[in-house]
Amino acid sequence: MRIHIKNGRVVDPASGRDGVADLFVSDGKIAEEFSRADRVIDAKGLVVSPGFIDLAARLREPGYEYKATLDSEMAAAAAGGVTSLACPPDTDPPLDEPGLVDMLRRRAKALAKARVHPLGALTVKLKGEALTEMGQLTDAGCVAFSQANAFIADTQVLWRAMQYAATFGYAVWLRAEDAWLARDGVAHDGEMATRLGLPGIPSFAETIALGTLLELARATGARLHVCRLSTAGAVELIRRAKAEKLPVTCDVGIHHLHLCDVDLGYFDSHCRLDPPLRSQRDRDALARGAAEGVIDCLVSDHTPVDEDRKHLPFGEAEAGATGLELLLPLALKWGEAQKLPLAATLARITSHPGAILGVRAGRIALGEAADLALFDPRAPLRVSPETLKSQGKNTPFLGYELSGKVRYTLVDGNVVYEA
Amino acid sequence: MKLPDAEKLCEELARELEPRIGPKSAMIGLYTGGAWLAERLHPMLGVHAPLGLMDIAFYRDDYHARGLQHDPKRTKIPFDVNGRDLLLVDDVLYTGRTVRAAMNELFDYGRPQSISLVVLADRGGRQLPICAQHCGARLEVPAGMRLSLKRDPAGRLALVLEPERAA
Amino acid sequence: MQRNPQLNANGELQHLLSIEGLPREVLLQILDTAESFAGVTEREVKKVPLLRGKSVFNLFFEPSTRTRTTFEIAAKRLSADVINLNIAVSSATKGESLLDTVANLSAMQADVFVVRHASSGAPFLIARHVKPHEHVVNAGDGRHAHPTQGLLDLFTIRHYKKDFTRLTVAIVGDILHSRVARSLIHGLTTLGAPEVRVIGPQTLLPTGVEALGVRVFHDMAEGLRGVDVVVMLRLQNERMRGALLPSAQEFFKHYGLTEEKLAAAAKDAIVMHPGPMNRGVEIDSAVADGPHSVILPQVTFGIAVRMAVMSIVAGN
Repeated sequence: MRIHIKNGRVVDPASGRDGVADLFVSDGKIAEEFSRADRVIDAKGLVVSPGFIDLAARLREPGYEYKATLDSEMAAAAAGGVTSLACPPDTDPPLDEPGLVDMLRRRAKALAKARVHPLGALTVKLKGEALTEMGQLTDAGCVAFSQANAFIADTQVLWRAMQYAATFGYAVWLRAEDAWLARDGVAHDGEMATRLGLPGIPSFAETIALGTLLELARATGARLHVCRLSTAGAVELIRRAKAEKLPVTCDVGIHHLHLCDVDLGYFDSHCRLDPPLRSQRDRDALARGAAEGVIDCLVSDHTPVDEDRKHLPFGEAEAGATGLELLLPLALKWGEAQKLPLAATLARITSHPGAILGVRAGRIALGEAADLALFDPRAPLRVSPETLKSQGKNTPFLGYELSGKVRYTLVDGNVVYEA
Repeated sequence: MKLPDAEKLCEELARELEPRIGPKSAMIGLYTGGAWLAERLHPMLGVHAPLGLMDIAFYRDDYHARGLQHDPKRTKIPFDVNGRDLLLVDDVLYTGRTVRAAMNELFDYGRPQSISLVVLADRGGRQLPICAQHCGARLEVPAGMRLSLKRDPAGRLALVLEPERAA
Repeated sequence: MQRNPQLNANGELQHLLSIEGLPREVLLQILDTAESFAGVTEREVKKVPLLRGKSVFNLFFEPSTRTRTTFEIAAKRLSADVINLNIAVSSATKGESLLDTVANLSAMQADVFVVRHASSGAPFLIARHVKPHEHVVNAGDGRHAHPTQGLLDLFTIRHYKKDFTRLTVAIVGDILHSRVARSLIHGLTTLGAPEVRVIGPQTLLPTGVEALGVRVFHDMAEGLRGVDVVVMLRLQNERMRGALLPSAQEFFKHYGLTEEKLAAAAKDAIVMHPGPMNRGVEIDSAVADGPHSVILPQVTFGIAVRMAVMSIVAGN
């Protein structure tokens, strides 16, 4: 299949390229200009970007097929322009065995949509007690090791896990949250939680745990990626760690760039997220930190939850929001508020996460795989259960009108989505 | 439409009621207009029992349609109603529903010997089999108009006619 | 932010979920109406026909004999049919969801749901899903709110002190876990009480409690100085030892209300307690039964207040 993409504004954050140009795709790769195309896509008015790379998207298989299936979530990824994604190991059973990882990768590959990069469980059953067979899991296709939202309460185990991973050069992707301080908490410990009578998780549950992670990274030399920053204090700790050249990276969930605890309103369980939505000050610090590059990338933290688990009192509702299809519009909204050039905004969901993932993706260059997202940055997107492809309709943005609509998604030169 | 002088009607009613006052008599005024009238009549007639005041908010038959009246007053009946000859006082008699509610409430306080209804004006339009034993004036009031008693800051009573507020 | 889910399109009270966010006029309407119902509860026939033919479902997902009983008495005095469901030991344990339970009861023609639940916000969830003619009254949700208790406290304070705008009120003890405290604080600030104090150790005060409009004290002698109203909160047994407090005795030493500590308050101060009391833990018997105590009248007023709330919401 030879595709000629005409007249689009080609934005490639990795090279800084930004201008109207034609793009040619042949044999699944970006190619030199040719004349006889099988298909011509008129991209006038559209931005042609590297396909988006999402470092946190739960596909819910295996184990949670009633919440979502690989089918539904890969369709959601395609509709969101996401061409590569990392999925956390918190499936049922967790991704702690090579067989599970292998099966997941094969199932995903058969669907021929986004490239799925599983994160292996760092500890068996995510229990924070015994190490997994990281070598075999890596062979099966795991790109890094993670605990998803589960804790390693025992700091000795955490230390050993990071030592072991460092020995073989495996990256560890971890949330920073103190298990004891976060125990029973369901909301940011602040004025709003006090009003609503919700048990709180203090900000220092994150900074204390992050301090521990950074110390252990220093001590072990492990390649650390900190997942889902939620506090201003954590942004400062990362800033300092980067200043001293510690090889640490981090991400932030798109919801945390736009929402804060006040949005809980009257117990809106769509705002029940992990980590919790924090104060306005934290939100602003995260948005600035991401603009300044202290935070490397934005993730959807896509978590489809079935209605039964959301139609519960706030504290009992399952945490998480659907996000694959909102990654682009919410990134654009953030970039606009931070007055960033489009290429800089897109870098946070293309080249930067690509580099963290350590795979060849996230750029538009001759000979590279043609993973592309063509989108209209100004087209309105009304968020409703009907418009979302994901089986999870749980998002605090239901009813919002955002802008930025994906028109075409290409993976390996194949059009996997068009609208 | 010319309305009769409420002050004069009040005096006439007092003259009419005076011979009927006995040792077992007691008077109850219905909020708000009936209470004003009763507060006037009670000392003029020398009723021995202290004056009772009643708000029928909790006994209205339109609660299901209109909800609870916004500011119900507290019913105060400072005497035992059992065996009494009660004078129930209201300003204007119209559908009869208020009087029905008042009688229901009264019986939750006890069993009076008799109840007589005293009103300043009867404007017709009855929807229940109720009539006043003592009536200051009978008036023809067109539907859609509301006849009620007002009290000015000096305490003077007057009947007024105004268009009914949309419910 | 969404419209206050307690009010209908005309701004009338459709559900009572929390005192927070209710306009002053609505609070006064409830208190005034309760005043009239207090007259009814003094009569020989203590019943009015207002809710005849209506069904009040007491949905207690968390056991509470006391609150349930006062709601039951109040509903019966309004002539409603009362159905008590102790869900703590029925369907919730069989795995039926909260909304399924409510939908099932709704099919049995409910008019008012009185809801007690251990999770903050549960009555809001129910209120969002009931039919337009159904009404939800929050009888206590988690740590969040206990609006009828707050209202009866306000009623009691008004009964003894008349005017809120000169009062200093101190709320003492476990504010962190107390829905009663939250409801009362919102009520007092809405009705114009110039100074509301909370007194307790840091472990029992929620983060940022000052934002509710209160002054924080850790010392009883200082916190009670000159106050007109003292509200003692119940200390739950399970909180008496552990990381929050070393022991009931130590709590009593610092925060238990004794005649000696009460001497710092105004001479005519009243002492309140939402019950049930732990004598010798948060309050000394001499004070609980003493001349400043209005703890028993609180219980009586509670019935009139709940009659007022149910008759107002069921009519809107």
